[in-house]
Amino acid sequence: MSGAYSALQLVRNALTGHRGWPKAWRSPQPRPAYDVVIIGGGGHGLATAYYLARNHGVRNVAVLEKGWIGGGNTGRNTTIVRSDYYYPESAAFFDRSVTLYEGLSQDLNFNVMFSQRGMLTIGHSRGEMDFRRKLVNGMRLNGIDLEMVDEAQARAMCPLLNPSPSARYPILGGMVQRRAGTVRHDAVVWGYARAADRLGVDIIQNCAVTGVRRDPVSGAVTGVETTRGLIGAGKVGLAVAGHSSVVAAMAGFRLPLRSYALQAFVSEPLKPVLDMVVSSSVLNIYVSQSDKGGLVLGGNLDPYASYAQRGNPPTMEAVLSGLIEMIPAFSRVRLLRQWAGIVDYAHDSSPVLGLSPVANFFLNCGWGGGGFKAIPAGGETFAHTVATGQPHPLIKAFSLDRFRDQALVDEAAAAGIEH
Amino acid sequence: MLLIACPWCGPRDETEFVNGGEAHIDRPTPAESVSDADWAAYLFFHDNPRGWLAERWVHAFGCRQWFNVERDTVTHEIRRVWRLGEPRA
Ligand SMILES: Cc1cc2nc3c(=O)[nH]c(=O)nc-3n(C[C@H](O)[C@H](O)[C@H](O)COP(=O)(O)OP(=O)(O)OC[C@H]3O[C@@H](n4cnc5c(N)ncnc54)[C@H](O)[C@@H]3O)c2cc1C
Ligand SMILES: [Zn+2]
Repeated sequence: MSGAYSALQLVRNALTGHRGWPKAWRSPQPRPAYDVVIIGGGGHGLATAYYLARNHGVRNVAVLEKGWIGGGNTGRNTTIVRSDYYYPESAAFFDRSVTLYEGLSQDLNFNVMFSQRGMLTIGHSRGEMDFRRKLVNGMRLNGIDLEMVDEAQARAMCPLLNPSPSARYPILGGMVQRRAGTVRHDAVVWGYARAADRLGVDIIQNCAVTGVRRDPVSGAVTGVETTRGLIGAGKVGLAVAGHSSVVAAMAGFRLPLRSYALQAFVSEPLKPVLDMVVSSSVLNIYVSQSDKGGLVLGGNLDPYASYAQRGNPPTMEAVLSGLIEMIPAFSRVRLLRQWAGIVDYAHDSSPVLGLSPVANFFLNCGWGGGGFKAIPAGGETFAHTVATGQPHPLIKAFSLDRFRDQALVDEAAAAGIEH
Repeated sequence: MLLIACPWCGPRDETEFVNGGEAHIDRPTPAESVSDADWAAYLFFHDNPRGWLAERWVHAFGCRQWFNVERDTVTHEIRRVWRLGEPRA
């Protein structure tokens, strides 16, 4: 097993042609049974396994991934991390996640490159500026570091913003979260995988769950059928993002989710031109510049149910039009790549976390287009939930029961947040 | 780009339409005796299959009529279009 990464190791390996690095995690054969089986080797599944082992001493754990770890949304997302949520429940949860991200490189001994470059969300009208001021005041009362900026401040932060006073959507200022930023997505996957593996977790790739076994009398889950055979499980955690409804159907229940394609785009590499994340909920666009120089951008969902990891041209056109309206100078930049991931949305755009109708089967889903920022807190609270059988206090409001109880956490309407 | 055959106007680009979610969901009655769980099932717990899905669309920038479509959520192929009130069959 690999030793800790350090500057010394880096120098030593540099001198020997980088041929001495050991594998970061094992690829074991699945055992016949585990105390806990996590379905889905994305950020949430791997983080959950890590915190189960580290915080709860539950080490007889397998993470089952149908493809390769991080090949789902965690490896497809635009890596924005922020906590500008309006409702107290969301603010507490997502701010815990940003705080965990701040210490994650140290915690995992793996550089996840959290760049707290700040995020500016533009306001385009007097009405929107008033709305944003209300949001900012609410978030500040919840202890989140949001602030309003006027037009001059916004332009000083991002000189490329559409300068035209006659723009269709003029820029009047906006709101800023300075602790927000971007994180290297693959590093989050690999860092959690390596750290979980070192605590004894089995990470099993190319292993799709195809069925869920339940006790005929009690109904409790007893294991999963997979493409690599039957694997027994004391408890099962579901962390498969856009495919949550599919696996829930195997366990015999429905989820209040719909799966959509969400697209992202990367441009050719440019010299540094944009040193923060900029977004507009009117133009439905957000953009940042990666360390390699590419503009990384995204916008709205494709507007109907889909499991096709492609994305359709009308949404593409809308996203790119929004970009050019916001920053006209980007009109001549060429795109390198476009792709989509399948994201699962609940009616209120908040996640669905905690207990399920099946005993010993737990839910971590409904992240939609915004669950990358939630990985550390999602894993931490899900590990607690699986280990103790009780929802962690930070996720109680996000229970499946909230739909029956009409206690929605309607972030989509309140904060105007899509991702 | 989907090409959707409106039963009244014929094939048009998807940008003329708005998707209305799963088709053939009956509102439970009588309202005063519907349980919370049944309301939740009606409002939120819909089919989300990886494969064929019966869904409603409205020709918002055309004749503004609602109708039903059966579409594969992986290939996006549409194999049937039928009017509201016609059976799902
Ligand atoms: C284009 C795009 C941009 C985004 N941008 C952002 C952003 O800027 N900020 C942000 O916070 N969030 C963003 N998101 C959302 C974020 O990516 C997701 O919410 C998050 O990555 C979900 O993590 P996860 O671990 O739950 O799912 P995933 O990373 O998708 O992992 C789930 C895994 O489960 C596996 N799986 C599925 N079915 C099975 C099965 N039957 N058996 C075994 N394994 C299975 C899949 O192969 C997959 O690897 C974006 C998403 C997309 C698509
Ligand atoms: Zn029509």
